[in-house]
Order: sequence, then C-alpha cells, then structure tokens
Amino acid sequence: MTAAARTRLVIAALGLLTAALFAGSLLVGPAGFGMGESLRALLSGQGDAIALVMREIRLPRALLALLIGAGLGASGATLQGYLRNPLAEPGLLGISGAAALGAVLALYTGLSVAFPLALPLSALTGAIAATVLLQGLAGSAPGSISLILAGVAVSSLAGALTSLVLNLSPNPFAASEIVYWLLGSLADRSMAHVWLAGPFIVAGIALLALTGRALDALTLGEDAAASMGIDIRRTRTLAVLGTALAVGAGVAVAGSIGFIGLVVPHLLRPITGGLPSRLLPASALGGAALLLAADLAVRLIAPDRDLKLGVLTALVGAPFFFWLVWKGRRSLT
Amino acid sequence: MTPLLSLERVTTSRAARQGRRTVLDAVSCAIAAGELVGLLGPNGAGKTTLMRTAIGLAAPESGRIRLMGDDLGRLPPSERARRVAYIPQDRSIAWPVTVETLVGLGRQPHRTTEAENRAAVARALAETGLEALGHRLATRLSGGERARALIARALAQDAPLLVADEPMAGLDPAHSLALMETLRRLARGGRGILVSLHDLGLAARWCDRVILLAGGRIIAQGHPRAVLTPERLAAVYGITAHFAEDDGGLILVPTAVLGG
Repeated sequence: MTAAARTRLVIAALGLLTAALFAGSLLVGPAGFGMGESLRALLSGQGDAIALVMREIRLPRALLALLIGAGLGASGATLQGYLRNPLAEPGLLGISGAAALGAVLALYTGLSVAFPLALPLSALTGAIAATVLLQGLAGSAPGSISLILAGVAVSSLAGALTSLVLNLSPNPFAASEIVYWLLGSLADRSMAHVWLAGPFIVAGIALLALTGRALDALTLGEDAAASMGIDIRRTRTLAVLGTALAVGAGVAVAGSIGFIGLVVPHLLRPITGGLPSRLLPASALGGAALLLAADLAVRLIAPDRDLKLGVLTALVGAPFFFWLVWKGRRSLT
Repeated sequence: MTPLLSLERVTTSRAARQGRRTVLDAVSCAIAAGELVGLLGPNGAGKTTLMRTAIGLAAPESGRIRLMGDDLGRLPPSERARRVAYIPQDRSIAWPVTVETLVGLGRQPHRTTEAENRAAVARALAETGLEALGHRLATRLSGGERARALIARALAQDAPLLVADEPMAGLDPAHSLALMETLRRLARGGRGILVSLHDLGLAARWCDRVILLAGGRIIAQGHPRAVLTPERLAAVYGITAHFAEDDGGLILVPTAVLGG
C-alpha cells in the first residue's frame, strides 16, 4: 500500500474513533441517563433535566475536547514540520505560557469573579501579546533557530511572571485556585466557552492547514524549499498565527494541556509516511481523539476526585514518550 | 541564442564589524543550454553566495540577473522554480520519506496531474540510476545514493537549468565519478548545469567550462585548459600541480602547497 493510501485509511479510522469517543463523552457522567433518552434529549431539547445536562454540561465539554485536541495536534505537526525538529511542540513558542499568564492574572486580580469570561479573554490577550513579541523578536530573521530562541525567551518570561503572581497571591486559597486552574481541565465549561474559543480554534487550524505543501518542501531545508518557490516567511507567519489562535484559545478555556501536541505527531508520523502535509490532518484528528479519550478517562477513573486533565495527559504522555525514545534509539542517531 | 542564465556585474555584500564587506564584486558570467560549467574557488571565495544570488535566494545589491531572458527579480517564485532547480550543499532530510516521495517534492512548482507527476518522478529516477531504490527510505541511503536522490529531486522539477552546490562533497571516488558522469549526460541531453566543486582533477576532466572565483571576483573563466594554469593555481590556491593530457582530456593533480 502506498503512503498516500495508508494516510487516507488512517484518517478515516481516526475520524471514526473521534466520532465514537465524542459520543462516549456525551454519554458518560455522574447522572446516569440511558443512551436513548440522552440522545433524544440532546437532539430535541425535550425532557427538562436531562436536556439541560446534555446541552449545557456534556455537549460543551465534548465539543471543547474535540476542538482543543485538534488544535494541539495540528499545531504540533505544523511546528515540527516548520522547525524540522521532532521535539517541537505548541508550548515551545511560549504562546501557551503567555495565555496561562493572562488567565492567572484574571484570577489574581479577581476579574474572573466579577465577570466570568474575563479569564478566557485575558488569556487570549496573553496569547496575542506573546505572538506580537515573538514576531517582533524573530519575525524578519531567517532560520528556525531564531524562532526557537524567541519562543524560549517568551516562554521563560511568561513562566517567571506566573511564578511572581503565585508568589504575591494574598492567601493560600488564591494560590491553590491558580495552581488548580493551571493543571488544565474541561469540567464545568459552558457553551459560552465553546462560542468564545471555537471560532479562534477553527480559524487557527485553517491557517495551519495552509502550510502543508510548504512544510513538505521544507523537509529538504529552507534553501531547497525556497528554490522550489516556497515563501518561507509566509509559512512561518501562518504557523505562528495558527498556533496562537488554536492553542492560545484552547489554553484560555481549558488551561495547559501538555504532551498531546508532542506525542500525537510522533505516533502518526511512521504510519503516514513522513510528509508533513499528510501528517497534519491525521494529527488534528489524533489530537481530538486523544483529548476526548483523556477527558473520558478522568471522569471514569476518579469520578469524585476531580482528576485534572492536564495531569492525566502528562502522566500518560511521559511514559509513552519513554517508550518512543526506547524504541527509536537507533533511528534517532 | 539567449543563455539560460546571465549575470552582469552582480555585486553583493554582507554586514561586517565595520560597515559592509563585499562578497561578490561585479561578477559577470553566463550558462548556456547543453554545457556543464564548474564553479571553482577556495573556501570563502563566494561560490555559494554566487549560486544563491543567481537563482534568486538572495538579492544582489547591484547588477543584473537574467533567467532565460527575463529579469530574475520580476519572476514569480513558482515560475522561477520551473526554470531553475537548486541542490544546496545541505544534504539533510528531515523526515523518513521514501525516495519516490522525496523525488516527488520536485513537482511542487508544477500544477500537473498525478499521472504526469508520477511519470516525471520515474524519469528522474531512471536518469540517476535509482529505479530500484524508489521504495527505500531516503534517510537510510548511503551518502552516494543520497546525493543522487537529491539530484533526482531537482531533475523532477523539469527545469532547463540545474545549479548544484558541492554535490560531490564527502563522496568516494567511484560515487564522485558516477555523479560527474550523470551531470555530463544531463548536460548533453540539453540542460545547462552549474556545479561548484573542490576537486580540481574532476573539474579539469569533466567540465566544458570552469569559472574560477577568488575573493568574490571572477579571476578567469573558459575551457579548463585555459583557466587552470600553474600561475593561477599558485595565485588563487597557493599550490603547485602536475599537468598531463590523454584521450579523456586534461589530467590535473595538485602536488604541493607553496611555502611562505
């Protein structure tokens, strides 16, 4: 089978898996409704309590997992392709760190209590500020190293400022509220969150999808790609803006969720045959499936302990990465 | 006949500690269809800059570059890519793609059908003798095979002009000779080829013409026999060489570094 045919098969399989997990996410929760009545309530809006739970609690949660996971997967695949580095991931550019800082500031100042959407809006502002800073630092410089260094600088600054806010928090409760938020979760999100983040994430993924052909050419390095007619600067702008929109908006409503943007492209690259343009859609679907599965898992493993989503993805992701490194030791050199 | 590529008094410079340092100084040369031209010169002479500037990857400060008669700066990037293919010195391949996929990347500037692309890839693999390796991973090839695969990628671009930056670097004598043979055959087939290389012996024997660059200036250009004289080798490289001749052309073997 050719890599192109295999990619189509993988995308179809991941699409089915994502759909199944999405349905599963709608059907699992502390209120044990039957499958039939849940779906009927969701679609018709009839049956007061069930419809309310389905439409206001489970649907936004499932939609956010789908969108955020897809954004993380697409962004990871794009950044690895653009930077020609399998260790690249959305957090590398400092955009998620800056979005988290924005959210933390909203929590610290009490804005998030006065006005519920202040937290995601403040986080989005953080993501935008980081993007402007990133483009200002590395926008015109050639080569991917300058972008990585600028990302590390932005990321360190955001981390330092987040620590400062924690350090200055007036009491342990405020500090623990911030820490809990940083761990990442999809619990108790509403349709307002979906409407706030959804359009940004979709727009971000659309921008990332435009980079596919250019990333393929970049397999041979910047000079070879440029000689094949690829505009490197446009590609970088699309990759950075797409990541800012997709990942920044995701962090804004769900906190930091690690490892998905790193692990999913790794897992799918051997199956899709290495070309970034084939990896990108597969990785978006894979990210959505993984985040839906992780969000299901936190509900099933510890229904009454509020296990945080970001903690679970890191707990599962890190050993998985161990295994990848172990398995790939010889081919990495 | 219009040459494929012509440079007229092209000058470039780069930022230095004080002001700017000239990298190319009023360079004028041309490449015609059907000829294999060697670009020679010591390290830092400006060979890579000349190649990158000549194909539009770096803008010249002054001077004029024409690609198949048209002003290079005015050509849209995709049209430029249909006229000239470039093989940079960097031979890294970021992802484990098959040789066929790698060569297929050369089809990017063309808006052609899948069948046409496949035919072009098959042609390029045949021209470089890689038919049997199409399904192998490009990242697992030996150095010589990889160099050929990257040339095949450039051939799939179907451009009349081919510019290659030290494609022979790091190859054993057999692979170097085979690559030179391939380049000459491609030139005989009608392509214009500009190739930079350090092996004076290969250049002397295989190139139709050579351009000798030093300190950003063209010292001489023309037939290897006319350009590669003992005096110039002493002045440019600071070496002596042994010269001979046989049926295959000029034999040039560098012999010693000139003292003091």
